[in-house]
Amino acid sequence: MAEQVYWEDVSEGMELPPMVKNPTTQQLVRYAGASGDFYQIHYDKDFAQGNQLDGVILHGALKNAFLGQFMTGWMGPSGALKRLACQYRGMDFPGDAITAKGKVLRAYKSEGQNLVDCEIWLENPEGQKTTPGSATVALPSR
Amino acid sequence: MSTPTTFLTEEMRQQAIGLEGPPVTTEIEKGAIIKFAQAIEDDNPVFNDEEAARKSQYGGLIAPPTFLRSVRSSRREVPFDIPYNNALDGGSDWEYFEPVRPGDLITTVSRINDMQERSGRMGVMIITTTVTTYTNQFDQVVATQTTTGIRY
Repeated sequence: MAEQVYWEDVSEGMELPPMVKNPTTQQLVRYAGASGDFYQIHYDKDFAQGNQLDGVILHGALKNAFLGQFMTGWMGPSGALKRLACQYRGMDFPGDAITAKGKVLRAYKSEGQNLVDCEIWLENPEGQKTTPGSATVALPSR
Repeated sequence: MSTPTTFLTEEMRQQAIGLEGPPVTTEIEKGAIIKFAQAIEDDNPVFNDEEAARKSQYGGLIAPPTFLRSVRSSRREVPFDIPYNNALDGGSDWEYFEPVRPGDLITTVSRINDMQERSGRMGVMIITTTVTTYTNQFDQVVATQTTTGIRY
């Protein structure tokens, strides 16, 4: 089991440990099958190029899934994900590494829960934030 | 194809906003959850390994947070043709209330919350905001998802 992060360990401004993903065209096909999203811009290069794109691009929802993994991994087995939001601002391409990063914006108590709001995002190899977002988790207390 | 420089009227917006698709119910299969976790390459035991997940706070396997995206929902078509054939996903905003487990019967209802026209790098864009509500067999809302769809 993963390590547990506790409410007492969190402070505003703290950075979350980055997570690197290496999406491939094979992963896009597997994700298409698992999610049921068969839009051809995610696996058919000719189709993608006919749609004003440079090549096949990652599903927005796959990037959403990476951010979900990033947060559920960080919050640990006793945490709970309350909210997960992101915007697909830039396209990401298979073969390019993607790094999920984040920092704690606010830690507060509400309705008996220890809540942590985070700013999160995915970065491409050029360091551009292609997928900015935010998340809220509830953490256990020691 | 001609590309009109403006398209969406206030009347069209009012026709679209509030349109709700019929509810669709899907039984959540354990294999589908595990396949989804494998596809996104998330090896967290609560999404992959029943035995390990039984020792977790959930007492069994649960779905990864964005798994519900794979559950079918039905959208009502707007009563006009949008003259832009390309589509992009603009973003997603999830709120979570209850875990999703194998065997759950999840009912989705999708509703158009807003429709806007904007001009961008790729010309005119029609931006539709849709809220999907996911409810389980115990009438608990397990999650809501607000998505932004772009046609250009």
